[in-house]
Amino acid sequence: MRGNAEMHELVAPGSLGAVLDLLAAEPGEWTPIAGGTELMVAFSAGRLNASKLVSLWGIPDLRTIEVTPQSVVIGAAATFLDLRKHAVINAELPLLAKAASWIGSIANQSRATLGGNLVNGSPAADSSPALLVYDAEIETISVRGRRKLPYSEFHTGYKRNVLARDELLYAIHLPRRFAHHRQHLRKVGTRRAMAIAKVALGATALLEKGGLREIRLGAASLAPYPARLRQTEAALLGQALTRETVLAARRALLAEVQPIDDIRSTAEYRRRVAVNLLEEFLLELRREGLRS
Amino acid sequence: MNANAKARKDAHWPAIRFTVNGESRSVRVPPMKRLLDVLREDLHLTGTKEGCGEGECGSCSVRLNGELVNSCLVPVLQAEGAEIQTVEGLALDGGLHPLQEAFLHHGGAQCGICTPGMLMAAAQLLAESPHPSDAEIREGLAGNLCRCTGFMRIFESVSAAAGAADAEPARESELEQTHHAR
Repeated sequence: MRGNAEMHELVAPGSLGAVLDLLAAEPGEWTPIAGGTELMVAFSAGRLNASKLVSLWGIPDLRTIEVTPQSVVIGAAATFLDLRKHAVINAELPLLAKAASWIGSIANQSRATLGGNLVNGSPAADSSPALLVYDAEIETISVRGRRKLPYSEFHTGYKRNVLARDELLYAIHLPRRFAHHRQHLRKVGTRRAMAIAKVALGATALLEKGGLREIRLGAASLAPYPARLRQTEAALLGQALTRETVLAARRALLAEVQPIDDIRSTAEYRRRVAVNLLEEFLLELRREGLRS
Repeated sequence: MNANAKARKDAHWPAIRFTVNGESRSVRVPPMKRLLDVLREDLHLTGTKEGCGEGECGSCSVRLNGELVNSCLVPVLQAEGAEIQTVEGLALDGGLHPLQEAFLHHGGAQCGICTPGMLMAAAQLLAESPHPSDAEIREGLAGNLCRCTGFMRIFESVSAAAGAADAEPARESELEQTHHAR
């Protein structure tokens, strides 16, 4: 059954304040819609489960990218093309620019927003591994005020998150302290464009005297939601990059991830690829450590 | 439903105004109606095609405020005040656009369903990168599917339109992407 436009109300109050008032007046009644790359697919197929929608498209406060000495603050409705074109993001947070280039196609990247990617909460979300390894913080907003929390605490289950029913995702804060870290991001999918990840792994690391002083690993499609691989990180932190360390990290990753069989891949394939992606990154780090 | 009946039925919707191919237009339709359907059904601009209806195939690509979009994923209310260009707006003063000429001469169109979307994606690409590399052409058209040509003649057409006479065959696409940075 095709979607029927007459069955869905859509309003565009035009300002952030007016959107928040609407959400506060009828909590849970209104579904925010930004670029529509997720919700309009559901609408076309006749399975959009929202009778009242409020447009976030074209609200300037939500699309700004602000650079301060400490951080890059990305409005939740900044598009992936906005991210790809941003000089500081390209220079200092290249994993996010790379992830943005993997989202669908140009016509999707011109509409799909960073906030939409996170609120949609797919376990395979392209932007998530980069945000996880950059220690991103999420800022939310409602008529009650704003709050900030680590992005790693934003998802609470499959397609579930911490947002209250009157609350919007407002901005994503990225600290500008990773420019000198070793950074790595790799996605495995069926083709370069338009493919949803079978597995993706991101990493940032700081090497000191051959040992890992800092290590962050962020994964997609290995759990019900994108998440840090904390146990694998613990197996690596402070260690020299020996063969034993790499093997221990592989074991930790296999013990920690919970991939599933689905239409895109199998749990077994995902496990094998994930440990290989991890090993690839660690061996590359070791080569760089030996050179420096 | 005949045109008069449809006009009466839609009269209660608020007017949504935008510009299509340089002309001011106003429609009274449900705000969630897809831009694709407004273009085809209300404005009778049937050059824009529907393929998948879910943003995967690019057949419905149009340019909206200078950006390429899938018109099947844009609720028309979000096009309020926008400047829209469809394939009908490509031809210049009755003559074909250089991209259209190139598709004609290089066999870039077969059955024709993907062609309007391909042309709009190519127009967007050339607007941002007048002399694109093969890799840029492949990326610029990656969201547009063609089931006839095998793509090579489309890439050659875009390359030719961009004036790159020494177009080389593009490389095999990679299955995986990788990125390293220090």
